[in-house]
Amino acid sequence: MPFFEAFRLAIQTIRAQKLKSGFSLLGVFIGVASLIGAWSIVNGVNRYMTEKFAQTLYGVNTFQLRRRPMFTPNVPDSVWRAWARRPRIRFSDAEAISAGLTVPVMTAWQSSDNVTVSYRNKEARDIELTAASERYFDIKNLGFAIGRPFTGEENRSGAPVVVLGDAVAQRLFAERAPLGKSVRIGGVPYRVIGVVTKQGSILGFPLDRFVVVPALSPAQNLVNPPGILDAFLVKAHSELEMREAISQAEGIMRGRRHLRPRQDNNFVLETSEGVQQFWAGISRILVVLLPGVVVISLVIGGIVIMNIMLMAVAERTREIGLRKSLGARRRDVLRQFLAESTAIATVGAGFGIVAGIGLTLLIDKISPLPASVAPMSIVLGVIMGAGVGVAAGVYPASRAARLDPITALRQE
Amino acid sequence: MSTVQLFRTGDTPLPNVIILTHKLTREYDMGSELVRALRGVSVQIHKNEYVAVMGPSGSGKSTLMNLIGCLDTPTSGEYWLNGQKVSDLVDDELARIRNKEIGFVFQTFNLLPRADALHNVELPLIYAGLSSRNRRERAAHALERVGLGDRMDHKPNELSGGQRQRVAIARALVNEPSILLADEPTGNLDSTTSSEIMNVFAQLHGQGQTVVMVTHEQDIAAHAARVITLRDGVVATDQARAA
Repeated sequence: MPFFEAFRLAIQTIRAQKLKSGFSLLGVFIGVASLIGAWSIVNGVNRYMTEKFAQTLYGVNTFQLRRRPMFTPNVPDSVWRAWARRPRIRFSDAEAISAGLTVPVMTAWQSSDNVTVSYRNKEARDIELTAASERYFDIKNLGFAIGRPFTGEENRSGAPVVVLGDAVAQRLFAERAPLGKSVRIGGVPYRVIGVVTKQGSILGFPLDRFVVVPALSPAQNLVNPPGILDAFLVKAHSELEMREAISQAEGIMRGRRHLRPRQDNNFVLETSEGVQQFWAGISRILVVLLPGVVVISLVIGGIVIMNIMLMAVAERTREIGLRKSLGARRRDVLRQFLAESTAIATVGAGFGIVAGIGLTLLIDKISPLPASVAPMSIVLGVIMGAGVGVAAGVYPASRAARLDPITALRQE
Repeated sequence: MSTVQLFRTGDTPLPNVIILTHKLTREYDMGSELVRALRGVSVQIHKNEYVAVMGPSGSGKSTLMNLIGCLDTPTSGEYWLNGQKVSDLVDDELARIRNKEIGFVFQTFNLLPRADALHNVELPLIYAGLSSRNRRERAAHALERVGLGDRMDHKPNELSGGQRQRVAIARALVNEPSILLADEPTGNLDSTTSSEIMNVFAQLHGQGQTVVMVTHEQDIAAHAARVITLRDGVVATDQARAA
């Protein structure tokens, strides 16, 4: 019996026994739908993290010199204490690197802490105050809705000027024009010279609750002790030049810290890869957990299908006997029942794919999680669906194929 | 009958002998005891014969039927079907013989309830590997031969008992088998319908079809030209009837 014939027969039987087939569909359906749904969330967040998150936090071809990594998930206390004992990054370190790098780069200083910013009787609390040098805006790729960034001259002289994040401007000035107004940060008045375009949010965290002041302005004292930086940002023109700049910076820092060749760095040079690795760690956990759920539902689906197929074989013993007496070989009977279970599972997988895509779109729409359908998950869904069908069908089908035609025909 | 060959092991049957069994035995091991259903049956059936196999229950006629139908293999002895020694063939080869050489007609019709008459008749052709179009043509032709040309799209439950059995006969004929093998073909039919079916058999026999029929009814056996009676696993009588 050709394959097409077996498949046609399978579809006929499925249509004739809708309820029974429906139940067997369900297991595979749930398995495939959850596979696609979960995978798509991971996939969506993944893309989001690599394309937006990392770029926003670090910028392209940019690295940061820090005392310790920016993202520190699950660090044991001992490591944490070791990090805390490290010397901090000093203005002089930044200056030495700026002077020593031979690749063309753009650099900025950065120190941040949370403060309250006020205008007359209005307050904006928990605002990230960043004391930075003038190229910070270029490196972070921050555009201006109104006004301008501060200049190199303003930075060096420590002019009391401030650039507001969109949310801060909204909070303090609402409809009024903020330019030229004076806000207070740590009791010191700062003149507003610009507002950065709205940055939106990442995974529900707002990105517009910040103010930026010149690195040498009085507010620096609110953030770090004199002469100390949180991070020194370096942006190169290309990935290659960034690598070169990193290794040069590493050499300069090791020299300044008098580290012997066998000693580890007591500072970090982080790129956006660091964050991506952090995320990759999380997504790896998801990718490990995810198949567990999927496998459980597929196994259940498989068992249901196997049971239903065994019932079908028992019920249709006579039919099998008849088919054999009419010339069906073992492999014909085998193929017929395998096609049936595979068709059930594949149809289940088909519905599962539709539901999975629907689920993904729904999640993308109503939750803060970004989700996008992973094409691979659809391919895998189909393969697994068909695989479960075959696996669950083999035993019942081989039982059917081995039936003795005489006994089978005699069965009532 | 007139040309009965004295068959010895190692011989091949004459070309006009369709069925030849030689010292055919079949034993079933029922655990505690050995049931000897056939104890050496030697018969020869020629092309275009119409033979009835009779015998009380337990006489071995069903066993002989299964062996002739290639649904079972003998414990010992030889079975030749249409010039081919089938007694030592294995499973899948027997399936091919059943498909090509034998047309079964069962007491309970054994039609697929969900398939219409045409599809039921097509069934053996599917396993013969014919194309869908070819199958439909031949199945339609077979249904016309049994007078059901106008019932092709009827499902079994839309047909009368006699019509169902005629669908089954069409199915048996569709592959143009060497023998038509009927097991109590009228067992589930009333007497009017029975004679209707017997007429179909007579007509097919008239067209040159070899027919072997197992029955326990005298009047049904009377339609055949030759009656073989089994008793206790051996041939008791084998006689031609006056036409």
